[in-house]
Amino acid sequence: MTVMPKDAAGPLDGVRILDLSRVWAGPHATRLMADLGAEVIHITGRRLAGRRTVTREIAEVLGTYPDNEPGERPWNRNVLNIDMSRNKLDITLELDTERGVGLFKRLVEISDVLIENYSPRVMPNLGIDYPVLKAINPGIIFCSMPGYGPTGPYSHFVSYGTTIDPHSGLASMMGYPGEEPHMSGNAYPDPASGMFASGAIMTALFRKRRTGKGQLIALAQAESGAALTGEASLGYQLSGRVPARMGNRHLRKAPHGAYPCAGDDKWVAIAVGSEREWTGFCEVIGNPGWSEGERFATLQDRLRNQNELDQHVRDWTRDQDAYKVMERMQEAGIAAGVVVNAGELMNDRHLNERGFFWKIDHPEAGTHQHAGQPIRLSETPARNYRPAPTLGQHHDYVLGELLGLSADEIDDLEQAGVIGYEPLVRER
Amino acid sequence: MSDGALEGLTVLDLSHYVAGAYCGKLLAAFGAEVIKVEPPDVGDGARRIGPFPDDLPDPEASALYLYLNTGKKGLTLDLWSDDGAAVLKELAGHADVLVENFAPGVMESLGLDYPALSAINPRLVMASISNFGQSGPYRDYRADTMVEMALSGQMYVNGDPEREPLSSMGYQPAYQAALYAYSGIVAALLARERDGRGQHVDISIQESMASEHQFTLNRFTASGGIRMRAGNRYGSVHPTTIYPCKATNGKAKNGKKGLVSLGISDPGQYVLFLELLDMAELADDPRFANPQACAQNYVEFDELVRPWFMEHTAEEIVHALQDNRIPAAFVNDVSEVLDDPQYASRGFWKEIDHPVAGTRRYASLPYHVSEASPTYERANLLGEHTDEVLAGKLGYDDKRLAQLRDGGVI
Repeated sequence: MTVMPKDAAGPLDGVRILDLSRVWAGPHATRLMADLGAEVIHITGRRLAGRRTVTREIAEVLGTYPDNEPGERPWNRNVLNIDMSRNKLDITLELDTERGVGLFKRLVEISDVLIENYSPRVMPNLGIDYPVLKAINPGIIFCSMPGYGPTGPYSHFVSYGTTIDPHSGLASMMGYPGEEPHMSGNAYPDPASGMFASGAIMTALFRKRRTGKGQLIALAQAESGAALTGEASLGYQLSGRVPARMGNRHLRKAPHGAYPCAGDDKWVAIAVGSEREWTGFCEVIGNPGWSEGERFATLQDRLRNQNELDQHVRDWTRDQDAYKVMERMQEAGIAAGVVVNAGELMNDRHLNERGFFWKIDHPEAGTHQHAGQPIRLSETPARNYRPAPTLGQHHDYVLGELLGLSADEIDDLEQAGVIGYEPLVRER
Repeated sequence: MSDGALEGLTVLDLSHYVAGAYCGKLLAAFGAEVIKVEPPDVGDGARRIGPFPDDLPDPEASALYLYLNTGKKGLTLDLWSDDGAAVLKELAGHADVLVENFAPGVMESLGLDYPALSAINPRLVMASISNFGQSGPYRDYRADTMVEMALSGQMYVNGDPEREPLSSMGYQPAYQAALYAYSGIVAALLARERDGRGQHVDISIQESMASEHQFTLNRFTASGGIRMRAGNRYGSVHPTTIYPCKATNGKAKNGKKGLVSLGISDPGQYVLFLELLDMAELADDPRFANPQACAQNYVEFDELVRPWFMEHTAEEIVHALQDNRIPAAFVNDVSEVLDDPQYASRGFWKEIDHPVAGTRRYASLPYHVSEASPTYERANLLGEHTDEVLAGKLGYDDKRLAQLRDGGVI
């Protein structure tokens, strides 16, 4: 009945977090805090969990089910959810029922943090907004993180990381020269917002240790993108210019770009700035005649004749192994890196030697390798001490041990449909 | 200011450029006393980068420096001199946190690595941010933003499939490492309250960015699939993209095209979207039956819907779609975000006056808190608080200060 004990002290031991968040931004924040030892209780309605039920066809499109096989309980087999939920506990609770909300409020009484990323009207509609919960537990830290924030003309807008990216100015800073703003390929504002959330929550926890007081944190994901480009919006006010999209080029370095290498879709990024780097670069490529010409004599010349320069670099890289190029450049003190895909990243010798990846064994999905935690604490390291939970796995611990419900009462909740172990599939 | 969550903590900020500096800025916003330590005369390299007012370089008016160093006190100190390193050690005895982003090995060569400083002050939390971390075969590799985007797996998924992968979005790798460092520092401070000892926080920029595309890594670990870049779209669903649309009058004057962002992935939203365009029958075509099918046939789909977008402005499109709960958004550049009504309504831009750069609007943090709100004050001038810090913290008298100044140490 008790949850598996951890084998070492984490910095957030003893902190209890109720996690109503979904998809990426919120779960990214709670994943970090769970890795650092917090007891994160993920709470799902079974209708929402219904989205985790997929056909084999969809599983193949997504590619995140082991061997593309959704299995009998696909809601427990999506490796993406398993990564996001590692170290967390899971219960289901229907918050649109009186009993569900009642149990939720009792959990708030004994918790430090509540995080949610619903649209701003959902929590008030359920009768569990901050004023209500603060009255129950003045020490509760309530982090709400809708796309555009809880107030303002766009607060009701539906958003994803993919629409926040262009709205916040991030996309305007990426793109091929002279072309349109380019979206990030990975909905970047999601994890970035998650990182702001974890920082804000831990700051509030630090204050709570001293004052006993909780607080409301109202995060706007759209603002995270603007905060992370703040030097550019300030720069516009000073210089009057908006940064031009210039592909992979650099204002003060040349050559600077991604150059094709041997193989299919293989690239190496090379950045040459100082004269010392240029000399070193020329040596690595064998001091060809063109490199000694006047057209590339100074940085100004190289910047002015970049198209020609890039063509020469491409001609040199095209038949070479991207890793070899990186290593030879780095040996000469030049910044260079392979443009790695997911497979190359997971096999990266440096990251593996640093033990960055965690192998996590899951009862329904098998053993897989996941990104670990980039926060490396020397004395209280982040670690994986518990695989991701299956849906509703911790009813006994959370409702029984923490709230003191009897086995009969828990059974009764299941009979009444307030909790369960399988999703309710939505009709589409 | 007296109410800050981190009030009472002293931070030594040995940062240069972006990663360490943004971390120090966050600590300062929450009320910690952050002492920015810069080399005498030249200062932080960010002071040479800009953009500058009217493009005239001025170390006190670089946008990069001004934004990343708000709320700090300025101390100059030559850490490469014996006297300077000794002063730093003395300061470390009075500090709670030290943040640095030198290349690995530099702090050690100055006699200022974690073992040395923790011997002086066992309660010190020291965060080191570097390109590839403090250990491993790439430890001494060199990198810039693009190289970090490349080696973290981010760059491969940005851009057109038939063209070179794309980097940029400003300084994102350094910013993300700063956010991990910030969380790591606060976690270490929480542990210190319990354990009574500090610790070292090793943050790799590569690992920070490699931690922020779980979709690609988990796809590979589950099924061996490699996620390719998909152009100005988002992977397996469409239309999640940017469309050209009718320019508003104001924008047409600047020669700018209209643009609008869509984020449709849900089948219900997709059908509703087609109905709004008066193209509901498209869903009967198996090529366009749902967002997944549509992603496979996006070229044909775009040809069919683009004329509708060219007849409407972004303002019309965003509101028409959002009124039906379909994700759509404006496409802003870094000048347009300053005029965006949503940011304005939440007071996101903070006016800060600076003696050289004047009164400007600075991005704040992306959240409001009900207790102990962050504060935003101007960046320090080079060496502005040198005397104040050394006299106040270490009790140096005028003679000692003059000695250090004459020796070029401060």
